[in-house]
Amino acid sequence: MSSLWIHPAAILLLGAALLPLIPEKLRKGWLLAVPVLVFARVLMLEHGVFGQVQFAQWTLTFGRVDRLSQVFGFIMALMAIIGTLYGLHVRRAAEHVAAWVYVAGSIGAIYAGDLITLFLFWELMAFSSVFLIWFRGRKQSLSAGYRYLLVHTAGGLSLLAGILLHYGATGSFEFVAFDVDRPTAAVWFVTIGFILNAAVPPLHAWLPDAYGEGTFNGSVFLCAFTTKTAVYALCRGVPGLDILVPLGVIMALYGVVYAVLENDSRRLLAYHIISQVGYMVAGVGLGDAGTPFGQLAINGACAHAFAHILYKGLLFMGCGAVLHQTGESRFTSLGGLYQKMPWTFLFTLIGGLSISAFPLFSGFVSKSMIVQAGFDSHTLWAAFLLMLASAGTFLHTGLKVPYYIWFGKNNCSKETWERAQDPGWNMNAAMAVTAFLCIFIGCFPQYLYALLPFPVEYQPYTAYHLSETMQVLCFTALGFFLFLKKLTPEAKISLDFDLLYRKGGQAFLWLARHPIQWVDTAVGDIYRAGGLIPLMLGSKVIGLFDNKVVDGLVDGVAATVGSIGGKLRGLQRGSVQENLTVAFAVAAVAVVALLLIVS
Amino acid sequence: MKLVALIEFLRARLRAVIWCCWGLLGLLVVLDIFVDKHHAHTAAEHIPGFWAVFGFIACTLIIFVSKWYGKAGIMTREDFYDE
Repeated sequence: MSSLWIHPAAILLLGAALLPLIPEKLRKGWLLAVPVLVFARVLMLEHGVFGQVQFAQWTLTFGRVDRLSQVFGFIMALMAIIGTLYGLHVRRAAEHVAAWVYVAGSIGAIYAGDLITLFLFWELMAFSSVFLIWFRGRKQSLSAGYRYLLVHTAGGLSLLAGILLHYGATGSFEFVAFDVDRPTAAVWFVTIGFILNAAVPPLHAWLPDAYGEGTFNGSVFLCAFTTKTAVYALCRGVPGLDILVPLGVIMALYGVVYAVLENDSRRLLAYHIISQVGYMVAGVGLGDAGTPFGQLAINGACAHAFAHILYKGLLFMGCGAVLHQTGESRFTSLGGLYQKMPWTFLFTLIGGLSISAFPLFSGFVSKSMIVQAGFDSHTLWAAFLLMLASAGTFLHTGLKVPYYIWFGKNNCSKETWERAQDPGWNMNAAMAVTAFLCIFIGCFPQYLYALLPFPVEYQPYTAYHLSETMQVLCFTALGFFLFLKKLTPEAKISLDFDLLYRKGGQAFLWLARHPIQWVDTAVGDIYRAGGLIPLMLGSKVIGLFDNKVVDGLVDGVAATVGSIGGKLRGLQRGSVQENLTVAFAVAAVAVVALLLIVS
Repeated sequence: MKLVALIEFLRARLRAVIWCCWGLLGLLVVLDIFVDKHHAHTAAEHIPGFWAVFGFIACTLIIFVSKWYGKAGIMTREDFYDE
């Protein structure tokens, strides 16, 4: 094909390489011009296959442009402009370089037409984005960065293993939809690589760990690119893979639960990424392209990714501005800031209303497509649980975040309070532009719908949908204010799966101390209840017999009961191992019995 | 700053704001009686105020289940990982 085809990621990489050479005076201009140029290039792209390079016996395709890659390319390039504008005043050139290389990795992966190219850009993303965490410069940032890298290396290895197995089986590196009806080991490995980046539990703990620890503007980039590139890869590679529906629903609820417990505003937002990406993952799972609801689901996943990048970016910008100005992101050190940072409050509130899917805000027109697809495909449990999760979204991001930063009890130290004020013009401008886009998409969804992979017939603004949404959201707000005391943030952290690799051996001890001890106590309780009640019943019967039957017999029965009781007591007093052994033995017997019956 | 003035204005009349909110909640349920429900997917959704009850129960469930989960040993001190 044309040798003059310019890859949008190439512009960004070149811009990043030249950035340190640009004189200080011209730097801000350069920082604005390069992402705008990239965005313009994305808009100019025509559909087709471009940028093919012969490498050994394989053809690498750098530019596969179709409707699916275009909608993601569009929003990634747009977010690059917004993110750079937000951090425009950051002096250290290396921070911008890292962010741009990261964005280039994402855009490169999106336009990749073969699995080798995809893998190369996939790894580029991981290795450049880690700097956005390290540049925060705290002791914790360094170790959080290493953990982030470690987890992504493992995910990358799984992806690579899948790619090689797939090549071995089919002899092709082409990146098209895998056969999800008869998934091979190769498909599972590739899917694990994808869902690790999409932060599907239990492969999700890297996300809040890293995004809570990034620089104030680094997290704005982080929150947009890694997970949504993974959503793109899922849409492309495994649409209609059934297991993604339950996984997505679990994600949506998991993030909500941890958001209740979270005290750090940016970690709370990070848990809500998991929750929101859950909707998209469920959408991909429903996305069997041969059915109308499948097309609606894929459209929904893409539309929601698009809207999500904007409103989550806006939320991270709002909380990042609070962190940047005050040095604090924990609710227990903030509060009552509305007098000091009113505009940041307004923008964050708009982000919160968008993520909560309020009518006239962007989430309303995108999230509902996925829920609708769930109802249409008669996957009612999934649709209702996603509705439940959306109540949780409003509860935290729409209410808890604004309330405990800008209202509520003022926990600010004197220093925090004095430092707090609305941020500089570029940060305000970035937030204002994003807030405008969130409302624009919510009011005029047809512009977003026109970008989606399949034609859209869906109409979000029906009387029923409006009534349904307003009821759920407003009565969630009622619950929030009724149980406000329960929700007061505590100066604590919540343990998650990262415990397994952060504490290693200590993690096992914790397991032994808490859940297993809990099970042990519960088993003991059951034995006690199970031992005592029959014992008492038995003695009642014995009491009856006592009057009529020979005393010797009674003594004999009592002795038997006593020995049984002693054995039971031994079990419940016995250590974990003993109880586990008994439990395993019972389970083993049950399994064997089942096998015998079945066969 | 006009935005602050607006917030202070509303805060000074908190009682009235709360009454307006109660009114809104009531209005939403009343309006739901008249909404065309042929888009509904299940029979339960035809009950007026179904989603209001759903939303309130969802919110309550999320708060109490999460808090229970946190208290069961998941929430721990901030310097847990520092040692």
